[in-house]
Amino acid sequence: MLRFLLDRDTWQEVFDSLSKNKLRSILTMVGVWWGILLLIGLLGSARGLENSFNRLFGSFATNSVFVWGQNTGKPFKGFQEGRRVVLSLTDAKKIEENVEGIEFVLPRSQQGKAVTRNFLSGRFQTAGDYPLLDELQKKKLIHGRFINQSDIDNRKKVAVISKGTYEQLFKKDEEVIDQYIEIDDINFKVVGLFENGNVNMGPSTDIHVPFTTFQQVYNRGDQIGWMMITGKPEFDIKQIEEDAKLLLKNINNIHPEDRRAFGSFNLGKEFAKMTGFLTGMQFLTWFVGIATLFAGVFAIGNILLITVKERTKEIGLRRALGATPFEIKRQIVIEAVFITLLAGLFGIITGGWILIALDHFFGQGDDAAIVNASVSIAVVFVAMVILIVLGTLIGLIPAFKATSVKPIEALREE
Amino acid sequence: MLKIHQLHKSYAIGDSSLHVLKGIDLEVESGEMVAIMGSSGSGKSTLLNIIGMLDEADSGEYILDELPIKNLTEKKAAVYRNKFLGFIFQSFNLINYKNALENVALPLYYQGMKRKERQKKALFHLEKVGLANWAEHLPKELSGGQKQRVAIARALAANPKLLLADEPTGALDTKTSYDIMNFIQSLNDEGKTILMVTHEEDIANMCKRIVRLRDGVIMEDKKVNQVRAEQYV
Repeated sequence: MLRFLLDRDTWQEVFDSLSKNKLRSILTMVGVWWGILLLIGLLGSARGLENSFNRLFGSFATNSVFVWGQNTGKPFKGFQEGRRVVLSLTDAKKIEENVEGIEFVLPRSQQGKAVTRNFLSGRFQTAGDYPLLDELQKKKLIHGRFINQSDIDNRKKVAVISKGTYEQLFKKDEEVIDQYIEIDDINFKVVGLFENGNVNMGPSTDIHVPFTTFQQVYNRGDQIGWMMITGKPEFDIKQIEEDAKLLLKNINNIHPEDRRAFGSFNLGKEFAKMTGFLTGMQFLTWFVGIATLFAGVFAIGNILLITVKERTKEIGLRRALGATPFEIKRQIVIEAVFITLLAGLFGIITGGWILIALDHFFGQGDDAAIVNASVSIAVVFVAMVILIVLGTLIGLIPAFKATSVKPIEALREE
Repeated sequence: MLKIHQLHKSYAIGDSSLHVLKGIDLEVESGEMVAIMGSSGSGKSTLLNIIGMLDEADSGEYILDELPIKNLTEKKAAVYRNKFLGFIFQSFNLINYKNALENVALPLYYQGMKRKERQKKALFHLEKVGLANWAEHLPKELSGGQKQRVAIARALAANPKLLLADEPTGALDTKTSYDIMNFIQSLNDEGKTILMVTHEEDIANMCKRIVRLRDGVIMEDKKVNQVRAEQYV
């Protein structure tokens, strides 16, 4: 069989019969070409979307939940319904110590503050933060730095401001680092300038100052605004949320079944929904691609069948001249496989071009909708194998049809 | 060379069956040139197809060169056809996308002969039919007579024991017919055994023996004085 495949005559025969009718060959190939093109194009774009999604959320610790205090919904232990619940640093510490599977607990406080600089002023969301925030929600710094441990330890009056804030408080192109801004009548030195990303988790913040400074200068004592609880990757964030809330209710004398006392936003849950959507899309892509591929291969089989009918006389003649049925079948199958593979290769190449074009038009810049649209070699390989197998199978149908006609019937004069 | 005894063949047509050959006895010696004649439906083509192993008899004996031809598998029949028989058809049956040389070389390809050797041999036979200069031409660029010559070269290529011709001049004008017959006669002169089906009296008279069929039986089997085709060329 290998000798047959390496024989020049074999390929001469294939080439002859395919080039004999170019239109027929090309039409035949279009089906498979289109299928592979769609498969590669769709898979590549799906991967590109997924990549862009991952890049967008890559800067967030997605296995997180935000928890904040609201008003109680049930009377408990002598407390009346409707009591205001305020979270504290102690709560955060207890959660970190007692709930299973915790990676970090990050307390945050945030308030709207009047900020002035020289004659310019505005109202900005100002938050007290730990350096850890920069790791959980990556800040894109244009100038300077984010809050560091020394700021926290020494309760330094420094601020990291957003680009929007800068534009309102500073003149165009004015130096920002080491300038002073006044937040609620207290001077802070600007040490960093950041750009807000496309996606914000939780309320957006205009100005970050050290957490310790914020608590002290604005008289907040132990009270915090909310906390961000991040679970270890292998733990279920929904379970962590439940455990943390139960613990908080326990500490703060709240009815265990009080659903209103704490508000929360489970990032992990939302994220899982999105990834589920992406998985679904990928499945759809595979489904559509492979279905199209099948349709293409069937088109090839169909056309080969017609061709065989057209070539009945030729096949009869070949058999009269001494071709065995096996030789005839082999020839037809190899034609089918060859044409399928050729079309498949074209499909892979043009599919690649489509991905390149997609990358060129939609994949440039930081907020591109499609990032690195690509298909792995393994997928291409699998597609090729599927093509060879399908091509062989589909070639067998016309091959058997061709040899089922007796040479005498094929040669009969009409 | 060829021995046929009590050959029967019938075809099923719907529910009934048509008895085409009703006990044919025929013996052909080596070097003979036999014309099988008969009106359409007389069974002459069926007989030729059975002799050509393209069809199988229902009963009876068929011995070709001391080899009984019976219950052949498709594969074996293909090998025998290739080895023992050369076919010449009314409508030439050349493969239209192959040039003259490739057409002639086709039986050799199925013999498994190497490409170079094959082409050399094919060219030799093309030369023999006087078409060496047309080796690279496609069938559509050839005249009817030339096409039939290529077909004859192809039939000769595998050096068969027996040449079978089915109305070899049926699609040709008179002049070209005689031309082809002249060539076939020269092959016979060289010792090839030739069996042809025809319904034209003048062509039949160019053979050495005429077998007439009617309704599936041999009516007449006589030697004739061969009319040489060259006197008309």
